[in-house]
Amino acid sequence: MRTLHRHPRLRLGLLLGPPMLWLGVAYLGALAALFVTALWSQNSFTGLIERQWSLDSFRTLFTVDVYRTIALRTVGVAVLVTVIDAVVAFPIALYMSKVARPGLRRFLLVAVLMPLWASYLVKAYAWRGMFSEGGLVSSIAGLVGLNSPGYGLTATIVTLAYLWLPYMILPIYAGLERLPNSLLEASSDLGSKSLGTVRRVVLPMVFPAVVAGSIFTFSLTLGDYIAVRIVGGTNQLLGNVVYDNVGAANNLPFAAAVATVPVVVMLVYLAAIRRTGAMESL
Amino acid sequence: MTISRTTRIVLRCLTVLILGVIYVPLALVLVNSFNVNKTFAWPPRDFTLEWWKRAAESQGALDALWVSVRVGLAATAIALVLGTMIAFALQRFKFYGRDAVSLLVILPIALPGIVTGIALNTAFRAIGLELGMLTIIVGHATFCIVVIYNNVIARLRRTSRSIEEASADLGADTFATFRRVTIPAIRTALVAGALLAFALSFDEIIVTNFTSGAGTQTLPLWIFSNFQRPNQLPLVNVAAVLVLLLSIVPVYLASRLTADPAAVAGART
Repeated sequence: MRTLHRHPRLRLGLLLGPPMLWLGVAYLGALAALFVTALWSQNSFTGLIERQWSLDSFRTLFTVDVYRTIALRTVGVAVLVTVIDAVVAFPIALYMSKVARPGLRRFLLVAVLMPLWASYLVKAYAWRGMFSEGGLVSSIAGLVGLNSPGYGLTATIVTLAYLWLPYMILPIYAGLERLPNSLLEASSDLGSKSLGTVRRVVLPMVFPAVVAGSIFTFSLTLGDYIAVRIVGGTNQLLGNVVYDNVGAANNLPFAAAVATVPVVVMLVYLAAIRRTGAMESL
Repeated sequence: MTISRTTRIVLRCLTVLILGVIYVPLALVLVNSFNVNKTFAWPPRDFTLEWWKRAAESQGALDALWVSVRVGLAATAIALVLGTMIAFALQRFKFYGRDAVSLLVILPIALPGIVTGIALNTAFRAIGLELGMLTIIVGHATFCIVVIYNNVIARLRRTSRSIEEASADLGADTFATFRRVTIPAIRTALVAGALLAFALSFDEIIVTNFTSGAGTQTLPLWIFSNFQRPNQLPLVNVAAVLVLLLSIVPVYLASRLTADPAAVAGART
């Protein structure tokens, strides 16, 4: 007992040892194994992995049309989902932070947060029910004389935007909370109308918060393969290519190569937005 | 306030509308678990308890539920120990590489789930570990650590160390102080963290899908493999309601314990 008390370094070592074995060795090791595997090749005849350095997987990824299309489609979906979330999140965040009274504000915060914890799978599955034949979307669309889009890319974008919406509301809400009311008053004293104030004072001030939210919406969309399987019909995103190559096609090097794409896109994205100051508002 | 009346009304309507869009799909799953019509045509014509009864008799669903519960408990137990250790190490000690360690803790949920999933899959295959219950637990524990860590370190920051020093001055050794002073001070944070970790584990599918073998299914995996089978669909709805409840109720309890909903949410992001 005494030894422990007298040697803080020993205490630290005992505390950090087991978790670091788990995260530092097992988890980081697994990540390293993934990226190394991407640089191995697979014997197309036997299907066995050959431990020789090769860029074959990346060559396939960049030269085969299908994969280029899927990669571009995934990034496009991620951009659309991010834009939709920003547009939808802004009014509710503005209402919560600047209009609602404290009691209502707390209630709204919980109401927005609760679905964040509700099962991801069930939320995606819920939209399968919404978009099903004769489901709620088609009855509402029928009222205004439209057809439901059914399962497909539109349903995928709607579902992903729904799934990641709280991740966008929270940072924007936090950003608006920090925005002093005196600025809004100054703007209106100087003759600006509500919309003018929103456009010329509020939006520029919360832009870093929107960028912070976009990190989540973007990154989560890039890695998704479940929602698109549930509501996307036959459409594929990058995640599906990864999953299919781990399972059915059993081409681990190629799956690993594809999995590096979201990581690289996110690293580039994070590097690009460091300048906006969004990292501080996370 | 300077926001005009019209703007306030517009904002209020939009807020109600958005909240509606957030909650209607989830309510629909609940309603459909009682819907007589097997294709869930809207509006439902009549309600029944048939699907709930059949789900309670479905061996596949029950097995999956049992696997989910066991995985959740085991992963939570591992994460509880490791997460608390890291929280103490980072809060009580200053050392080189502290920032790297705190980054490492959040990495499993900061990276897209698919990356964590395929990385673990690659590693398990490389060392020849057969995919099954054990590998699912390892995967879940890895991303549950951060939840416990967040809760415990937040509590440690608010807890004064002077009561521990007082305990030592009164003659208690390191372990007695830990057991009789430190643990009671962080107990609710541990319980809240454990509830959140269990909720996170119980509904996880992205990583689980990569770390489960052919023979072992968690409840989310059971849903995922059955939602396209028309005759299983009503049972899938029941399972979905169950997963929904077991992912929300623990969070609600945890938020009561910590009295800080924002901290609870922060644990997920």
